[in-house]
Amino acid sequence: MTEPQEHSGRAQLLLELADDELIVGWRDSEWTGIAPTLEEDVAFSSIAQNEIGHARALYELAAIELGTDADALAFDRQPAEYRCAPLVELHLLDWAHTIARRYLYEEADRVRIEALKSSDDAELAGLAAKIDREEVYHRLHAELWAARLREEPRFRDAVAELWPYALGVLPEELRPELARRVGLEPAGSSLLQAAERGRHTPELSELWGEMTEVRRSAPGAQW
Amino acid sequence: MTAAQVWEALDEIPDPEIPVISLVELGVIRDVAVADGRVRVDFTPTFLGCPALEAMQRALAAKVEELGCEPDVRVITDDSWTTDRISPAAREKLRAAGFAPPVPRAAGATTLVQLQSHVFRCPYCGSTETRLENIFGPTPCRSLRWCDSCRQPFEQFKTI
Repeated sequence: MTEPQEHSGRAQLLLELADDELIVGWRDSEWTGIAPTLEEDVAFSSIAQNEIGHARALYELAAIELGTDADALAFDRQPAEYRCAPLVELHLLDWAHTIARRYLYEEADRVRIEALKSSDDAELAGLAAKIDREEVYHRLHAELWAARLREEPRFRDAVAELWPYALGVLPEELRPELARRVGLEPAGSSLLQAAERGRHTPELSELWGEMTEVRRSAPGAQW
Repeated sequence: MTAAQVWEALDEIPDPEIPVISLVELGVIRDVAVADGRVRVDFTPTFLGCPALEAMQRALAAKVEELGCEPDVRVITDDSWTTDRISPAAREKLRAAGFAPPVPRAAGATTLVQLQSHVFRCPYCGSTETRLENIFGPTPCRSLRWCDSCRQPFEQFKTI
């Protein structure tokens, strides 16, 4: 993986967070209209919308530093330039995996937001606190489903399968806390290889093609 | 132009999603500063995923321009806004329009047990025999509830 542009640590971190939220929001929105129940259709659509709202706020902070704007960061980069974790890229076609990702992503996100809230960077800490308060509702949704499906073999298998991906959402120092919360094997064991950020799945290019299609069709247009 | 005059003008802007209350009553206007024909408005979204965010920014800028001033609308994205800032008068207007106003922010994070409790009063009949149907609703700031007494669904403003 070559990184076309070297950004400051702060811009890099903001892009990681924003890209995760944008792509997970995009993936969640794929259930709009086809979720198993009407209530879940509403829930997934609303969560997706809010995650993309978080992405916008994070891109805006990054954009000030990088001298660009949020839309350009969200849509004008090449797939290889995105900093999202592979967990959010996966195109999941069944409900068990979808809920497993929501649950694992929210748990990982909770751990990193908690750390960001005590950042020395007041702007970032303030935004993290705002996001944290909103994510409470996403977590309630994920926890409810995880509790309901906990004994289902299909769900347990999905969680086990996505666990290395969940670890890849966090920097190494925060992984033990995620493992403790979820009750799974911590990183660093010889059997477990985290799906690290920076390596992309083929699914991202496919998603990117769809996500940026309208913008690429008319560069510079004001919508 | 004084800040008080600007506040008064901004109070005419209805919330785009719930037009029975103004943006000022919603408490999302954090600060107004007037200097040399320039008006700075600090504004905070209810939820970062609010679909009306840009519409609100445009409405605020247009109102300042109507006053003959140059607008500078800034979006504040920290945790200092809470639904506790919605004015008591606005809460009654919400109720009259069929929205249950938010309950006060608790010390810790909201829990499912709290959301499922009966403290949420039906805006139509006043009963507390209501239940949570969906944490999520038509916008990020609203949940869907059901009143067992008058058998009416209603929207609940989420506490944040």
